Amino acid sequence: MTVMEKVAATDQPLLKVEGLTKRYGPRIGCADVSFDLYPGEVLGIVGESGSGKSTLLSCLAGHQRADLGRVSYDGRDVLAMSETERRRLGRTDWAYVHQNPRDGLRMGVSAGGNVGERLMAVGARHYGQIRGKAVDWLGRVEIAADRVDDRPSAFSGGMQQRLQIARNLVTSPRLVFMDEPTGGLDVSVQARLLDLLRGLVRDLGLSVIIVTHDLAVVRLLAHRLMVMKSGRVVEQGLTDQVLDDPQHAYTQLLVSSVLQV
Amino acid sequence: MIRIENLSKSFTLHNQGGAVIPVMAGASLTVSAGECVGLTGQSGAGKSTLMRMVYGNYLTAGGRLVVGDTDVATAEPRQIIALRRHTLGYVSQFLRVVPRVPTLDVVAEPLLVLGTPATEARDRAASLLERLNIPERLWALSPTTFSGGEQQRVNIARGFAHSYPALLLDEPTASLDAANREVVLTLIEEAKARGAAILGIFHDEGARARVCDRLVDVISFTPEAAA
Repeated sequence: MTVMEKVAATDQPLLKVEGLTKRYGPRIGCADVSFDLYPGEVLGIVGESGSGKSTLLSCLAGHQRADLGRVSYDGRDVLAMSETERRRLGRTDWAYVHQNPRDGLRMGVSAGGNVGERLMAVGARHYGQIRGKAVDWLGRVEIAADRVDDRPSAFSGGMQQRLQIARNLVTSPRLVFMDEPTGGLDVSVQARLLDLLRGLVRDLGLSVIIVTHDLAVVRLLAHRLMVMKSGRVVEQGLTDQVLDDPQHAYTQLLVSSVLQV
Repeated sequence: MIRIENLSKSFTLHNQGGAVIPVMAGASLTVSAGECVGLTGQSGAGKSTLMRMVYGNYLTAGGRLVVGDTDVATAEPRQIIALRRHTLGYVSQFLRVVPRVPTLDVVAEPLLVLGTPATEARDRAASLLERLNIPERLWALSPTTFSGGEQQRVNIARGFAHSYPALLLDEPTASLDAANREVVLTLIEEAKARGAAILGIFHDEGARARVCDRLVDVISFTPEAAA
């Protein structure tokens, strides 16, 4: 049985979200968000700045405490977990790619160290193997092997972002949260990353939740799409259906506002 | 294999005064295994709209739209994704791919998604590209830089890589030279022979006459005609 057949055979969602709500005082961060995410599925979340996309993502990953609702991962109640348990999950099963790479990297540690640290956190001990795997992953995100000992502070913003992605994917997580991961990247590198992610989703059954402004990115990467406005989900469905036959006024505005290249 | 009953569709343009444009009503047709049905009707009559509804790309307003055992009109996104992977192929007029991915991998992808071993998937992709006269020196390049006709042939190779039980073809022979047109028509005949149900749009009358078993004029599905 291939990975994809196994994935198709599991009819249980990996992540189940019900009525998730987060308020900042009187203001709504996100309200009443519900969805299921299955293994091997990529969910895109789009919407204008301030629509609650990033708030939702950080509540899902447990970086912020939600006020209401339920999140269950592989049958486990994420919101009721102890901090220790959730951190363990964050090291083993999950990865979180921050919008600002400085939030996801250790700036005082070398590029190789940034990637190797994640491996050591899940038990790798052999220096040669760790270094080999780090160099391999740096190559996959197009960072040259001769930069492995440089610190991220010596990297450009785009390189830092690629390093953050390598650091997150090296431990083969099952669920990846991504907050605007391709925002600061050159289009050539962005294309390479999209291909890399599609390969991981296809071959390993990786599940991804990606928050982005870029409708071209979600069209190529996401199976399903959720559109948010003012903290609420106004529309969700199959990605190409939402983009080609949008039902909500806001989605129609969003789709019709994209510049043609 | 494909059964459409009393299907209707309208577009609501919220940002243009909430105008509701009914585009289809009372559409009904069936396509059996091994059969090719051609959609006819003037430009704008709704041929592509109907194809997109069958593919789940456009939502339906009412009616039934069954492909295999899935009612596309009411299915969850997840069921449509599975349907598209295993059962329903679509050769559109546009090739949409991740830039920088080699042509050979673009064509092999539908097989890789199904878990076909990489070498087998690439062999199948290579044989299709060869039949469609895409020179081997181009296989390692991304098709985004190819000519329109080459991109279309890559799109066709991708659409025929997996032996889908049902296929949607939107102008598969447009902008092809005689030799490649012949290859595409042969691919369609082979697909029919193995039992695929095909729904197609062919402006090329010769192609239509050769591969289509029946024609359905979508003019009868326009809301005015049904009213």
